[in-house]
Amino acid sequence: MIELNVQTIAFLICALFILGGGLGVVTTRNLIHATLYLILSLFGVAGFFVLLSAPFLAAVQVLVYIGAIAILIIFAVMLTRSMTQLRQVYNHQWTASAVVSGLLFALLVVGVILPVWGINGAQAVETVSEVVADTVDLGKALVDRNQYVLPFEVASLLLTAAMIGAIVIARDDE
Amino acid sequence: MVPLWAYLLVAAGLFCLGAYGVLSRRNAIAVLMGIELMLNAVNINLVAFWRYLSPLNMAGQAFTAFIFVIAAAEAAVGLAIIISVYRSRQSVIVEDVDIMKW
Repeated sequence: MIELNVQTIAFLICALFILGGGLGVVTTRNLIHATLYLILSLFGVAGFFVLLSAPFLAAVQVLVYIGAIAILIIFAVMLTRSMTQLRQVYNHQWTASAVVSGLLFALLVVGVILPVWGINGAQAVETVSEVVADTVDLGKALVDRNQYVLPFEVASLLLTAAMIGAIVIARDDE
Repeated sequence: MVPLWAYLLVAAGLFCLGAYGVLSRRNAIAVLMGIELMLNAVNINLVAFWRYLSPLNMAGQAFTAFIFVIAAAEAAVGLAIIISVYRSRQSVIVEDVDIMKW
């Protein structure tokens, strides 16, 4: 059904990184280790972006998620001494959470992935377009008056507001 | 190429792992990490559908870029709130911050 070539092997490695890292994030007791697992998972997602021929998004993934957000999380873990504080990792509703997550996964597989897969794998052999828009097209679309310039500006405004808000919230008042 | 459903399967698994983390962890920072995992699952889906269904329409990549912005803003404000709460209550456990619970 799926032939084994370089792309498939890269896909499997990235999928292993993503799911293994995700599992580590939700099960590890030490939060520093959980953040390192998160970085592994984010690297896997960046690899997926490369496989899906979106190199700019892969670079942004590494820069923003791993370079900024993961480091920010490590700072917060260290500032709050939260890895030594907890006796229990999970709250009392963790069994219900596991059941709900498992049901959600089953629902997604049955409701979305099986229809995409198609009856007896009909979609698996579909041809994928070789012509792909590149980073220049993305840049043009983001500042095009008829496409995404307004959401783009609103996103910049949101970032500014979030930065100011974070400074105000975390500032020491005393 | 790897078929579309394989990407969707990995994204669904990542989303459910993140949801489990958000619902079950006691530490607020771990909850934020779960939210990051869920946002990443959404990004995988957006880029995969863009690549397989309409690779010349930039909507998939543009929305992914906006989700990057949202994630950065959310992480900055969320961690600021956690640090502020820790400063006033000496705790990062979600159940300890129940002052607004009625």
